[in-house]
Amino acid sequence: MSPRRRRAPLLAAPALAVVALVLLPLAYIVLRAAGSGRSWSVLARRQTLDLVLDTSALVGAVTACALLVGVPLAWLVTRTDLPGARVWTILAALPLVIPSYVAALALLGAFGPRGLLQRLLEGAFGTQSLPEIYGFPGAVLALTLSTYPYVFLLAAAALREADPALEEASRGLGRPAFATFLRTTVPSLRPSLAAGGLLVALYTLSDFGAVSLMRYDALTRAIYLRYRALIDRAPAAALALLLVALTLLILVLEARSRGRGRFSRGSPGAARRRTPVALGRWRLPALAYCGLVVSAFLLVPLAVLGYWFANGVSLGRPLGLPWHLAGSSLLVSLAAAAVATAAALPVALLARGHPAPWTRGLERLGYTPNALPGIVIALSLVFFAANYATPLYGTMALLIFAYTVRFFPQALAGASSGLEGVDPRLEEAARGLGRRPARVFGSVTVPLARPGLLAGAALVFLSTMKELPATLILRPLGFDTLATEIWRFSSLGLYSRAAPPALLLVAVSAPFVYLLVVRPRSAGGTGG
Amino acid sequence: MRMARGLALAGALLALVPGCGDGADGGSLTVYSGREQEIVEPLFERFQEATGIEIEVRYGESAELAATIAEEGGNSPADVFFAQDAGTLGFLAAEGRLTRLPQALLDRVQRPYRDPGGRWVGTSGRARVVAYNTEELSEADLPDSILDFADPRWKGKIGLPPTNASFQAFVTAMRLTLGEGRTREWLDAIKRNEPKFYEKNLPVVEAIAAGEVEVGFVNHYYLYLLREEQPDAPVANHFLRRGDVGALVNVAGAGIVTTTKRDETAQRLVEYLLSDEGQRFYRDEAEEAEYPLVAGIEPRSGLPPLDELQGPSVSLGALGDELERTLELLNEAGYTS
Repeated sequence: MSPRRRRAPLLAAPALAVVALVLLPLAYIVLRAAGSGRSWSVLARRQTLDLVLDTSALVGAVTACALLVGVPLAWLVTRTDLPGARVWTILAALPLVIPSYVAALALLGAFGPRGLLQRLLEGAFGTQSLPEIYGFPGAVLALTLSTYPYVFLLAAAALREADPALEEASRGLGRPAFATFLRTTVPSLRPSLAAGGLLVALYTLSDFGAVSLMRYDALTRAIYLRYRALIDRAPAAALALLLVALTLLILVLEARSRGRGRFSRGSPGAARRRTPVALGRWRLPALAYCGLVVSAFLLVPLAVLGYWFANGVSLGRPLGLPWHLAGSSLLVSLAAAAVATAAALPVALLARGHPAPWTRGLERLGYTPNALPGIVIALSLVFFAANYATPLYGTMALLIFAYTVRFFPQALAGASSGLEGVDPRLEEAARGLGRRPARVFGSVTVPLARPGLLAGAALVFLSTMKELPATLILRPLGFDTLATEIWRFSSLGLYSRAAPPALLLVAVSAPFVYLLVVRPRSAGGTGG
Repeated sequence: MRMARGLALAGALLALVPGCGDGADGGSLTVYSGREQEIVEPLFERFQEATGIEIEVRYGESAELAATIAEEGGNSPADVFFAQDAGTLGFLAAEGRLTRLPQALLDRVQRPYRDPGGRWVGTSGRARVVAYNTEELSEADLPDSILDFADPRWKGKIGLPPTNASFQAFVTAMRLTLGEGRTREWLDAIKRNEPKFYEKNLPVVEAIAAGEVEVGFVNHYYLYLLREEQPDAPVANHFLRRGDVGALVNVAGAGIVTTTKRDETAQRLVEYLLSDEGQRFYRDEAEEAEYPLVAGIEPRSGLPPLDELQGPSVSLGALGDELERTLELLNEAGYTS
C-alpha cells in the first residue's frame, strides 16, 4: 500500500484543479439561481414535477434502448463469426458522427407527417398518414440513434480487451456458449456497460436538439425556452440545478451497477487468437439485425440528407462543399480531444490508484457538467472569462476549454475504463523492479490503458465536431465550423443548403470512427 | 486557399490572440447579430465598402446574444446589438445596457417602431398574417379578425408555433388590448379546435404547403423563405383588417451597447441601417421580404403598404416586459409546459 499512498498527493493537485474547473458551470447556476426568489417558485410548480418525471422517463427509455441495440451488436462483431464483422463495426459506430439535431431533422424528413416514407407509401398504397412520430417515440428514436454507439464502442472495446482465458475456462468447464455469455462475459462487461449507460443518460439529459425538434417536454427544452424568452435567468438556472440533481442520482445508480468484482487483464496484448462463437443457423437473423440497425440509424438519415442535397442541386445551387470549415472543425476538435484526455488522466488515475471515498467522489463529480445544456455551460464561461479572465475571452483557448468542460465525462469514461483493464500488480511489479513511477506510468500503465484512452479521446473529438450551442457563443469572432454552418441554414429551414455541410461533417468525421474501431482491434492482435 | 486562410486564422487565435481588439481605433466595429447571417451579411458588406469600417460579427440567437451581453458585463466586446425582435432589445434596455440614440436617427422611423426611451430603433417590420393553403381555401373564405378562428369550423385546420417569440408577442399584444380574460377565452377556443403545434414559423408554413393544416398564424415573410425551397408551394398570406389584434407589426432593430468605446462608429452603422440604401435592401434583395420602416421606401411588390397595416395599439418595447405573464398564460392554457 505504501507506494500508492506516496503517489496520491502528487496526483491530487492536478485532479482537484481539473474537477474545480469543470465544475465552474455548476458554481454559475448556483449563483444565478440564488440571485432571485423566483427560482424557488419555479421549482415549486407542479409542472416542474411533470418535467422531471418526463425527463426521467426519457432518460430511462433511451438508456435501455441504447443498451439493447448496442450490446448485442458489440458481441456479434467481436465474438462471433458474423460475416463482414469489421464492416458492420464501422457502420454501426458511424451514427456517432451525426449531430442529434441533424438526426432529428432527418428522421422527421423520413418518418414525419409529410416525410419521404409517407410520400412513398401514398404513391404506392394511398397511405394518408403514419403513426405520430412527435413526442416520446420520436425523441427516443432520435436519441437512441445519437447515443447507442457509445454503448456499442465501449462494450466492443471491453469485449476485445477482456482476457479470453476467462471465457475459455468457462467453456472448458462445459458451460454452453450462451450461458458463458450471460455468466462470464456480461459480468466482465459491467464496468464498461455502466460507463456507456452513464454517457447515454447524461447525453439525453443535456440534449436540446432532438427534444426540441420532436417537441418532447424535457427539462432542457424548458431551460432553453426560458433563455429564449429571457425575462429572468434565475428560473432557468434553478431548472438547471434540477438537472444536476438528476445527474447525481444517475451517478449513484451507475456506481451501484458497476458491480464489485474485478476483471483485469494480465498482459498488454491478448496474444492468443480467440475462437469465435459459431453463429450457425443464427447467422441470417444476426445479419438481419445488423442490417436493420444500420438502415434505421445510418442509411435513413444519410438518404434524407442526400435527398435535400439533390433538391438543392435541382434548384440550381452550386455544388460546392465548405472544405475550409472542415479544417476549422478538425482543428478545434483535435485540440479538445487532446486537452480533455490529458485532463481526465490525473482524475482517473487518482481514483484508481488511491481508492478512497473522496477520490471516488471527485471522479463522480467530474461527470456533473455533462448533464448541463450547452447554453448553460457557454453562458457560465462567458460570465467567468469576461469578468475574471478577460485576456482569455473571445479566444480559441476558451472555446477549447468549453469543449473540455462539456465533454470531460467522455474522456473520463474512456480513461477509467482503460485503467480498469490494467492489472495493478503489473505496475507494482515494475516499481518493485526499481522503475520510477513516471517510467512505470509511461511504459506500463499508458500502453495497457491505451485503447480506453484512445476511445475517450475519439469520443470527445466526435462530440466536438458536432457541438453547436457553446460554439455559437464562445467562438472567436469570424470563426465558423461545420456545425455553425449547418445551423446557419437549418435555423432558417433552408435544408437543401444545410445538407452540404452536414454531409461533409459526416464524411470528415467518418475516418476517425474507422480509426476508433479498427486500431485497437489490430493493435490487440486478435484480428477478425 | 480559403482553407489555408481558415487554418492560419485559427492558428493565430490558438496562440491566445484575443479575437478582437478593444482599442478605440474607429476603424472597426463588433456587432452581435441575432439576425441571420444569410440575410444580413450583404448589408454589412455594403456598409464596409461604403465606409471602410471593418465589421466583425457574432451571429447567434437574439435572446442568447442578449444574455451573453448581460453576462459579459463591463467587458462586453459588443458595440452594436442587432436583434430579431423588440423583446430582446427591450430586455437589454431595461438592464441599462443600451445607450440613448440621437434624436435625428430615431426620427427616421415612425413612433410605434422605436423605443419610447430612445434606446433602440426598429430597422425592418414583420407583420403577423394568416398564411393559408391556396388549394383548400380562397381569400374570401378567411375571416378578417384573428378572433374568428375560434369558430369550430376551423377545427383541425390551424397550425401555430406556441414557443416562437413572434407568436408570444402577438399573444402579449392581445392580453394588453383585450385583457387577460378574453385572451384566455380565445386561447381555450383555439385549443378546442385542436391546432397542430410546431417549433417555429417555417415548419408551420411547410405544413400548410403539404396540406397538413389549412391555415397558420405566422409572420408574413416566411412565405418567401418557403419559396426558396419549394418555388411552387400553394401558400399565400392573408392580411387581417386594420387594428385587429392579430395584425400586429413587430420589428427587428438595433441598439448601441453602453460599454462601447466606439460610439460614433456604432452610430454610423445604425445610421446606415436606416439610410435609404439600407432600407431598400429589404425591398430589393433580402430573402426575408421584411417591411422597410423609413417613410417613402416601398415594400416588396405584392405586399400591402406599411401604412395600410395597423396592429393593436401597444408599445412594442413593453411586449418584452409583459412576456413572463404571457408564458404563464400559455402554460396554463396547455400550449407549452
